Amino acid sequence: MSILVIAEHNNKSLKASTFNTIKAASEIDKDIDVLVCGFNNDDVVTAASKTEGVSKVLEVNDRVIEHQLAEQVSQLIVNLSKNYSHVLAPSTTFGKNLMPRAAAILDMSQISDISAVVSPDTFVRPIYAGNAIATVQSSDKIKFITVRPTSFESVEPSGGNASIEKISYNLNDVKTKFVKRQESETERPELGNAKIIISGGRGLESAENFKLLNEIADKLNAAIGASRAAVDAGYIGNEYQVGQTGKMVAPELYIAVGISGAIQHLAGMKESKIIVAINKDEEAPIFGIADYGLKADLFEALPEISKELDLLNDIAK
Amino acid sequence: MKILVAVKRVIDYNVQIRVKADNSGIETDNVKMSMNPPDENAVEEAIKLKTSGVVSEVVVVSIGLEKSQDTIRSAMAMGADRGILVKTDQMLDPLAVAKTLKAIVEKENPDMVLLGKQAIDYDCNQTGQMLSALLDWPQGCFVSRLGVKDQTITISREIDEGLEELEIQLPAVVTCDLRLNEPRFASLPNIMKAKKKPLDIISIDNLSVDTNSRVKYIKVEEPPVRKGGAMVADAKELIQKLKYEAKVI
Ligand SMILES: Cc1cc2nc3c(=O)[nH]c(=O)nc-3n(C[C@H](O)[C@H](O)[C@H](O)COP(=O)(O)OP(=O)(O)OC[C@H]3O[C@@H](n4cnc5c(N)ncnc54)[C@H](O)[C@@H]3O)c2cc1C
Ligand SMILES: Nc1ncnc2c1ncn2[C@@H]1O[C@H](COP(=O)(O)O)[C@@H](O)[C@H]1O
Repeated sequence: MSILVIAEHNNKSLKASTFNTIKAASEIDKDIDVLVCGFNNDDVVTAASKTEGVSKVLEVNDRVIEHQLAEQVSQLIVNLSKNYSHVLAPSTTFGKNLMPRAAAILDMSQISDISAVVSPDTFVRPIYAGNAIATVQSSDKIKFITVRPTSFESVEPSGGNASIEKISYNLNDVKTKFVKRQESETERPELGNAKIIISGGRGLESAENFKLLNEIADKLNAAIGASRAAVDAGYIGNEYQVGQTGKMVAPELYIAVGISGAIQHLAGMKESKIIVAINKDEEAPIFGIADYGLKADLFEALPEISKELDLLNDIAK
Repeated sequence: MKILVAVKRVIDYNVQIRVKADNSGIETDNVKMSMNPPDENAVEEAIKLKTSGVVSEVVVVSIGLEKSQDTIRSAMAMGADRGILVKTDQMLDPLAVAKTLKAIVEKENPDMVLLGKQAIDYDCNQTGQMLSALLDWPQGCFVSRLGVKDQTITISREIDEGLEELEIQLPAVVTCDLRLNEPRFASLPNIMKAKKKPLDIISIDNLSVDTNSRVKYIKVEEPPVRKGGAMVADAKELIQKLKYEAKVI
């Protein structure tokens, strides 16, 4: 058995999700190769070669594939796949976009969003927004799998010493043209792997008010998240949405502010270690899963929390 | 221009689902079923394109039980012209659904196929990508904005980092995000009208596609329950507990 992991990166550095995916791969077999395709991606290739558990890095470095369109990356995967029993990618928008395409070209199924490895052909995956947990078995020759990053630890980014192989390829023209990307620029930790997240919902009432979360996020070095209602209302960008159709997160601490706790939201955060809910409605379902519930008006509670955090810091000094 | 929209009948998103006692799956008897939410966005977008004159015909297809006719009728009540039910009692892998849709595409020759990005029952998020692979068409996935001009579409797709814009040559497959539009409610007269719109029923056996399941659901269980419900009195108690009890700050 031998496993191919598709690295997620932005041509500068590996995304944290790649380390979780390699961890999942290591629970299947120890022979792990990583495909890094992109342009001007030398730093990523080097980083992948130093990552714990990686045997070989397959490198494609070409302007043509700078934006890693699904139509292109899937061609590369198809060409490489005959050497592998498993192909894994993170179940982020990156992996979800290209893996089913590669699998279908080879007439293979895909197992989406696994949360545990039972054996090389049997995996656990949440269904129905995490309201049920399924154990599934694949009879495909090559197993195409996307991995829920929050369900697996991270391998060490150091300690590895993989060989690097530039692979030859011949990409067919594609009928998709990249135009542009709008990425949010933030100094804060990445939502997908932050230790602390503070998320806001419709209760924040406006984009202006949403900034109230920033002050606390700064003090806790937290990432900001949001419910779909907050994103739909335009308080904040779609990339902050947590839930069934947004991002899956599992931080040490998740603080839900003015969020009711619809099952679609819970689907994305209920694996968090500690959950705090701040809501003025004591019937809000979010309290049912919160380790610490605070029934309060958020516009009063947030400044008080901020003040209490200052007091803690003063004591620490 | 002609559009094919794939719609799936799933348990309504408001229903609290129940796992069957024998762990063989999810209880669907006497449970409210509806159109998969992002598929409504796909139908809405197709109808908007028809209203604006870009599209001349909107055909809806669903694969599943006899009852999936209801889902097709809802789409026709929203404004779709015609429906196709591919009947099967089998639970299909997304790959088998994609192969079946391919067979329908080959009969219907649409310029664009719209799907939801994800069915909220099994949360696979695969079918559109697989269909475009099988057709060797380009794909636009998780789309929250769609513009059509001649034989090219411009899309914005929701990605983890923000938004990505692509220009894609038709024919193409597009999977829709919930933010693409606001699906309309069907009016009563339109619901009545939809009953008279043509709906073809085909047995999946007549399409000669390989629908063998490769992924077997061995068991389905309840998730571990999370113990919650403890309350704190105020911000001070909250911060103290986070610091000294949970030790997470
Ligand atoms: C197919 C599908 C997929 C979905 N996917 C997602 C998803 O991925 N993520 C997601 O989040 N949602 C998702 N949703 C939407 C979800 O069903 C809910 O509508 C949404 O999560 C509600 O967001 P909210 O809690 O911010 O808003 P609401 O439900 O309106 O809750 C607002 C809360 O704020 C409280 N509040 C108001 N004012 C104050 C105040 N001053 N102080 C304190 N509390 C206050 C209220 O008591 C209330 O509990 C999805 C829905 C569907 C159908
Ligand atoms: N049985 C089906 N019949 C029609 N369309 C389907 C079916 N299953 C999936 N689809 C379409 O494929 C999309 C993605 O489904 P999935 O890959 O299962 O998450 C759905 O939103 C539908 O548009």
